[in-house]
Amino acid sequence: MRLGLILGEVGNGLRRNVSMVISVILVTFISLTFVGAAILLQMQIGQMKGYWYDRAQVAVYMCTSLDTTGNCTQSEATQDQIDAVEAKLKSDALTPYIKKFEYENHEQAYKNFQAQLSDNPIASFVTPETLNESFRVNLIDPTEADILIESLSSMPGVQAVEDQRGYLDRIFAVLNAASYTAIGVAALMLIAAVLLIATTIRLSAFSRRRELGIMRLVGASNRFIQTPFILEGVFAALIGSVLAGLAIVGIVQFFVQGYLTTALQSTTTLVGLGDALVVVPILVVVGAALAAASAGVAISRYLKV
Amino acid sequence: MIRFDSVTKAYPGTTRPALNGVSIEILKGEFVFLVGASGSGKSSFLRLILREETPTKGAIHVLGQHLNTLASRKVPYFRRNLGVVFQDFRLLPNKTVFDNVAFTLQVIGKSRGFIQEAVPDALKMVGLAGKSNRYPHELSGGEQQRVAIARAVVNKPAILLADEPTGNLDPATSAGIMTLLERINLGGTTVLMATHDAGIVDQMKRRVIELISGQIVRDERQGGYQTQAVPVQGFGRMAEEVAP
Ligand SMILES: Nc1ncnc2c1ncn2[C@@H]1O[C@H](COP(=O)(O)OP(=O)(O)OP(=O)(O)O)[C@@H](O)[C@H]1O
Ligand SMILES: [Mg+2]
Repeated sequence: MRLGLILGEVGNGLRRNVSMVISVILVTFISLTFVGAAILLQMQIGQMKGYWYDRAQVAVYMCTSLDTTGNCTQSEATQDQIDAVEAKLKSDALTPYIKKFEYENHEQAYKNFQAQLSDNPIASFVTPETLNESFRVNLIDPTEADILIESLSSMPGVQAVEDQRGYLDRIFAVLNAASYTAIGVAALMLIAAVLLIATTIRLSAFSRRRELGIMRLVGASNRFIQTPFILEGVFAALIGSVLAGLAIVGIVQFFVQGYLTTALQSTTTLVGLGDALVVVPILVVVGAALAAASAGVAISRYLKV
Repeated sequence: MIRFDSVTKAYPGTTRPALNGVSIEILKGEFVFLVGASGSGKSSFLRLILREETPTKGAIHVLGQHLNTLASRKVPYFRRNLGVVFQDFRLLPNKTVFDNVAFTLQVIGKSRGFIQEAVPDALKMVGLAGKSNRYPHELSGGEQQRVAIARAVVNKPAILLADEPTGNLDPATSAGIMTLLERINLGGTTVLMATHDAGIVDQMKRRVIELISGQIVRDERQGGYQTQAVPVQGFGRMAEEVAP
């Protein structure tokens, strides 16, 4: 009986405020979609870090006959110098940090280069001799690249020791910036959503002020007076959250899994439907909680006795 | 039942208090008229009893509750013991007579069975048994006020507060309303009615409390609208209290 009465009040409120309710739905929809996108981006960054840091190598580039930087004097690294570096990598001082390493000579470097840049006109100007021979070292803990850099960069015949994580960190920085932008936009939109919900509820309360006055007069409890308004806000926000959830699932299904996966081939792992399904309940809970809180604050003015 | 101890009510931003050092006691089953010029503080007096306002100074006890210290969340439950009627009826225009009366019971969580019994009883008592499906705009002013009274008493309150209930009604209709209030009073409900209607007060010969500028100047058993005799109780005592 009481539940029916409360739900009836909610229905009346929603009907009376259709345009406001629609704007609440749209604003929560868009803001929560941004929130979801930000969360997905963070998940993506996390996954890529796990994937790439594992594969990231420290490259020890040996001199070519063209190099003047590092310890190079425009002469090719000698076999002795190469052996010395290899011996150092196998020494007791460095082995504890190294998972494995392999040597890449001119021919292999050329092949890899051609494979990666086959579409690029530069590829046809490059000859095997201009590409550095290198040691590709996989570390047990990729954060310990400095040890290698320190002990190898001063060795004769070594042009440079490069931690490839540096490149990855730059990519992650870009992705991070994108996700922070999404969070910023989401925060602003959420503020708008909260204020809009509060305004909607206040309007709704104003249009029902006669009923509210009588309810207070005859002793309806605060909870009883409050509940329809809070439910009204939560209902509108829930529709927005569910739409945002659907949008997130759609983005992952059709854009990430459908488009990006084919576009990027299998060069990296991408967030999947499983991740999207983790995000959806977060959005729904955030939407409902924010709506309940702002509606509750908005209606409290009418409850003062 | 209702006791004011040196109650002063000054609204924020006003210099002159609406009620000034009011002490009074109203007993169970009494019928009390509250008279006085416009702005003398009658409505403020009733609002304090309803705990719509709290006193600036002094203590108010109603139905054994100390209203100064009554927690806000308990106020709704306190109000369920009070019925209120206003000059402007305050009915919900989109609800039928029946639903207007039932509304007060619904919002305090009464069962459907209780409502189905209590509402027709209350409507019969106010003489509107045949009009329960009408809307307020389909009723005369007197009938609307009867609906408002039915709504106020349907939950059998211990106290009925009426703020100028006959203010918008002609004398004949007013008389009908007064008969109704008298009947409710006979049922044991304490009735406290603010009014400007001299005829009614003179005719009913009930206790009269007169306010001037927020002070009680007369508290008379079986009094009239204007002072006819030397004020009996209260006035003298109050004068003593006011004296330094
Ligand atoms: N909410 C309020 N805020 C400020 N002042 C108020 C408020 N309510 C009443 N007053 C003031 O308190 C005084 C008493 O008002 P009250 O309404 O109690 O008078 P009243 O005797 O009921 O008058 P009337 O016969 O016209 O209804 C008046 O001076 C009024 O202006
Ligand atoms: Mg008044």
